[in-house]
Amino acid sequence: REREREREKLLYLIVSLPPQSRVALCGGTHGNEMSGVYLVRELQKLEKVGSATLTTVISNPRAVQMCKRYTDVDLNRCFTDAILSSPVTDATPYEVRRAQELNTLLGPKGSAGAMDLVCDLHNTTANMGLSLISYSAQDWVILHIYRQIQITSAPVRFILLDLPLADAYSQDSLGKHGFSIEVGPQPHGVVRADIFNIMKECFNSGSAFEGGEVDDVYTFVKSIDYPRDPETNQITAAIHPQLQDRDFCLLHPGDPMFLMFSGEIVKYEGVEVLHPYFVNECAYYEKSIAFHLARKMTLTIPPLRVKRD
Amino acid sequence: MTARRVAIFGGTHGNEMSGVTLVNLWIQNGKEIHRKGVETKPFITNPRAVEKCTRYVDTDLNRAFTTENLSAPSGDDLPYEVQRAQQINEIFGPKGSPEAYDVIFDLHNTTSNMGCTLILESSKDHFNLQMMHYIKKAIAPDSCPVLLTEHPLLKYSTSRSVAKHPIGLEVGPQPQGVLRSNIFESMRVVLKHALDFIELFNEGLEFPPCTVDVFRVSEKMDYPRDTNGNIIAMVHPNLQDCDWEPLNPGDPMFQTFDGTTLRYEGAGTVYPTFINEAAYYEKQQAFVTTRRETLAAGAIKKT
Repeated sequence: REREREREKLLYLIVSLPPQSRVALCGGTHGNEMSGVYLVRELQKLEKVGSATLTTVISNPRAVQMCKRYTDVDLNRCFTDAILSSPVTDATPYEVRRAQELNTLLGPKGSAGAMDLVCDLHNTTANMGLSLISYSAQDWVILHIYRQIQITSAPVRFILLDLPLADAYSQDSLGKHGFSIEVGPQPHGVVRADIFNIMKECFNSGSAFEGGEVDDVYTFVKSIDYPRDPETNQITAAIHPQLQDRDFCLLHPGDPMFLMFSGEIVKYEGVEVLHPYFVNECAYYEKSIAFHLARKMTLTIPPLRVKRD
Repeated sequence: MTARRVAIFGGTHGNEMSGVTLVNLWIQNGKEIHRKGVETKPFITNPRAVEKCTRYVDTDLNRAFTTENLSAPSGDDLPYEVQRAQQINEIFGPKGSPEAYDVIFDLHNTTSNMGCTLILESSKDHFNLQMMHYIKKAIAPDSCPVLLTEHPLLKYSTSRSVAKHPIGLEVGPQPQGVLRSNIFESMRVVLKHALDFIELFNEGLEFPPCTVDVFRVSEKMDYPRDTNGNIIAMVHPNLQDCDWEPLNPGDPMFQTFDGTTLRYEGAGTVYPTFINEAAYYEKQQAFVTTRRETLAAGAIKKT
């Protein structure tokens, strides 16, 4: 009984959902983000626990095999309605085909047959601790899950992307409820024990679903790119040492943002005080993003009543 | 000896950004690396890998400078990096000949917490030992560990080995594909001191005998793996980021995914480095052990 309880603890968070909940846990959506790859492989060794059925998925097996973010295109940008319904030809990139397969497995997105909850595991080179990322401020289930997460080894925050479901591009949007877990900092291709344990600890959580205030919620406002050479498009500066590793701290007008290789400082010239995150994420250089900026807010959510038979 | 022809290599691994950035900067404007009496040539060794921001395209360039590769008949069917090695050997070598470049600095980053490490290939290279002694003094109190890779089995054929005096600069921790300002600036400062040393040497300054503390590479340690070759444990949190610190028998070394500790069972204290380097998972290396040694360098003066 005790040992059974120990094993259940690992998935308590998920078991707390209504019975017959179908939950999917995905790792390796980016093949070089190692915590999720190894956590999913470990969970695949556990049997079905409690009353929720858990589906574990290695989302991008080819990229995992090559230990690369993706082979043709970023899988985690392929889940918009448009891409999921696009016709497949010989020229269709691997990840687009795979996204459509995953839509069949975990979705279809937006339908009654979709997974109740999709949780997608990621790492970042940015110093973001543990961040939950989701689409809607109206999804009380996700916000309750966020409040449940009690870990001592890293700060925990919630990032809101305000997009209609059709435009939601990441894998978690396949489920009726979905979120990504982002843990950092960790270099891509590396598995750090401390980072792995943070992700693992995330699944040992509380059980109360009272309503109330949800703090540390950040809503995406805009992105800032690196200064670049107009001819070659090569970056001409690095994130300033005073901003490096300081995700979620305040960036005021006049604060240093970039240190040019020539020694000049580029300062933040926005009007609003905002919070930077994904500061110096490796994968975002090619997306022309040095960091995102967010507004911090507090949400109020009602208590969640879990329906039981 | 003379130190008249010096090269600075960046992008030997295309995703190690400090070297790529510095060398590209200096190709555009070489003022910072100019020193009296010496030709300093900045050079991107693996442009295709740099363009794709990947470590290598076909094979690791920094393992490709073997005698076998360099003497193989050239051809398009050879792996890209082998062709590249042959080209580099022609420009900066031939390796082992009197025409080879005097000094090559090879700029690297690591995901390991190695600080500013200097890599020495031969314990008998008095010129390099004197340079490293000079650099260590110049950046004190910051430290600059010296890794000696002289080892019958573990030594590998680097791009810099084409020169008479090869020096590796390994700065970390930095994720692959990422440029961190502090890491970039530390590499820049170390190189500045190295070039200052060369300038002083060329001006005729005599450097008296000295000693240099080094870490000599000893043993490669792999991750515990299952029968399919997958790793079954991670570098232990107590060892992670502890490059150059003593690892004693009985100290935690690995942690399995379910939390079990595996301990170091060697005979004596070692100093691990390259702890959890991303690129070494595929080379079956979690870290490498080293032993401390003091090397003596004789006096040197330009002839």
